[in-house]
Amino acid sequence: MLEWKKYAYTFFITAAIFATAILASNYFSQKRVNEIKNIESRIAVDILSSETQFSLLAELSCRDISQSFLSKELAELGDKLSYTEEQRGADNPEVMNLKEYYSLLQIKDFLLAQRIREKCGTKTLSIIYFYSNPSTRSTSSGQANLRPKCNDCQKEGFVLTRLSEDYPELRVYSFDYNLDLSALQTLISIYNIEARLPVLLIDEKVHYGFKSIDDIKEIIPALKQIDAARLKAEKLEQQKATTSETN
Amino acid sequence: MHFISELINYILLFIALYFEVFLLITYFETRKIEKGFELMPLPEKLPSVTIFVPCWNEEGTICKTIFSLLKLDYPKHLLSIFIIDDGSTDNTLKVVQRFARNKQIKIWSKENGGKHTALNYGLALATSDLVGCLDADSFVHPLALKKIVAKFMDKEMMAVTPSIRVHEPRNIIELIQKSEYILGVFMRKVFARLNALYITPGPFTIFRKSVFELVGNYKHAYNTEDMEIAMRMQKNGLKIGNVHDAFIYTVAPKNLRVLLKQRLRWSYGFIKNAIDYKQMFFSPQYGHLGIMILPIAGFSLFTSIYFALQRISSWILSGWARFVEWNTVGLHWPNFNFDFFYFNTSIIGLISIVAVVGVISIIIMSRHLTQEKHKIGFDSIYFLFLYSFIAPIWISKALYRAAFAKKTSWR
Repeated sequence: MLEWKKYAYTFFITAAIFATAILASNYFSQKRVNEIKNIESRIAVDILSSETQFSLLAELSCRDISQSFLSKELAELGDKLSYTEEQRGADNPEVMNLKEYYSLLQIKDFLLAQRIREKCGTKTLSIIYFYSNPSTRSTSSGQANLRPKCNDCQKEGFVLTRLSEDYPELRVYSFDYNLDLSALQTLISIYNIEARLPVLLIDEKVHYGFKSIDDIKEIIPALKQIDAARLKAEKLEQQKATTSETN
Repeated sequence: MHFISELINYILLFIALYFEVFLLITYFETRKIEKGFELMPLPEKLPSVTIFVPCWNEEGTICKTIFSLLKLDYPKHLLSIFIIDDGSTDNTLKVVQRFARNKQIKIWSKENGGKHTALNYGLALATSDLVGCLDADSFVHPLALKKIVAKFMDKEMMAVTPSIRVHEPRNIIELIQKSEYILGVFMRKVFARLNALYITPGPFTIFRKSVFELVGNYKHAYNTEDMEIAMRMQKNGLKIGNVHDAFIYTVAPKNLRVLLKQRLRWSYGFIKNAIDYKQMFFSPQYGHLGIMILPIAGFSLFTSIYFALQRISSWILSGWARFVEWNTVGLHWPNFNFDFFYFNTSIIGLISIVAVVGVISIIIMSRHLTQEKHKIGFDSIYFLFLYSFIAPIWISKALYRAAFAKKTSWR
């Protein structure tokens, strides 16, 4: 006599494990989205705070403007957002919303950096990067099939990630060219950016096509100067170390 | 397309997990019923036993096999050993002559015809109550026979399988097999409880001699006569049991090439025998064997290939991305910043974790059954990481051969 009961118990236990996994997965997924929302709120407050400070103090001394004026969390947010986009899908409405907000925060950060530069002449090194993600909603539904392809975007992504790791002074703002965001489209039209991706906007000049680390260092000589300064500092450290050893 | 492959993954994982849960429930039921490692009571009158040792070019290991048989804790007048030389071309026949004067041992020689012919030769000559076989590259624990004989107190028991272990494993290939065989001990115990054993391993499965009168002698069965006889017995409703602590040690293939050849023979044999006995699949008439065990065994041939291919393709894709990165920005040690944010909490990821924890628990329980010193060993680790890549090689080859009607060979 076959123990049909055992088959039934097994089915319920397995189904329970599956159900728990589904619930747990959804819970963690929602937690991630909430974490991103929290980071975005914090960044928004940071930016608003800096802007307000800037406006209040008309004679703001450029000494008071330190490196920490601009939010450091922007880069971390970018990573987490791309991960969530991969997990939940690029056309998930919540992800789209977060992405749009992130793009706005980046634009605000960029504008703030420009104002600081105008006021104090301090150059914040920045790169604006436009890429294409094939699954994003395009600007108009009729153009769904005309989303620009970007075969080199993956490589360009690696280059910019490496540069932002090696040079904390460099701010990289990345925008999905196809994102349905009017502020972004305005930015694109201001600089007349064509859909020949990847595009790098550096010092108000537009550069089309893939650019390697060396190419970017040619465009931004300040990076080479930072390299030279670091090399000098390293040599000094080494000299100090050998002198103290001999003593 | 992506949705379809996700759906397939969910279904396959559900089935795999279902089987795992089923095994575990059955195992815990069995533990409640059995009382541990105590020797079961023996019958007052012990049955007579004949052990066949079919051999073909085994001059290196056969003496050790015979010595282990002679050391069996069993009344000598009730145990006969038939050495059946199947037309060896080396010195096997010469080497075994040292046992010629032993009263328990009889030596026979015949023309080469394959293992099943040697066994049938022995069956025609044996007059004992029980019969069994020991391969010439295997060795038996002294207590194994008594433990097995005790099971025959159950009048319905027609065959009893032992626990096969790997003899002195040294390299990674042997260690993987060690872990695999230990897992096999667990599976055999659970299958026996379900009366769903479909293989009576060649080394030291003991049968009532009457089995062969009931169902007939061994067949060629694609060089897997041990599987075919078990399926035939099941088809005829004959009970097959197991003793998990009757240990038999066998010499395992030492390199990948020999292992692949052996496993190709086993897998091909399973596929062909399964086709011959296809009416048993999904048939409630054959109990758990028909409804669950045989279908899962067949199903696992395909899933092992599917999962291995999936894993390999995802490795290739991420390997390619790493290569592009290296090509673009050079070699770079990533800053390892452990953030729980990036932990894989997808549904499939979480269920896979549950499944792997299940497999590890089964490995630990198997090691307990086989009286291993430690809960987990290097062999288990090699098995966990490497087996699922090696097995699909012989499985896919076996499927190919079965589909295109190519045969396998012993050696």
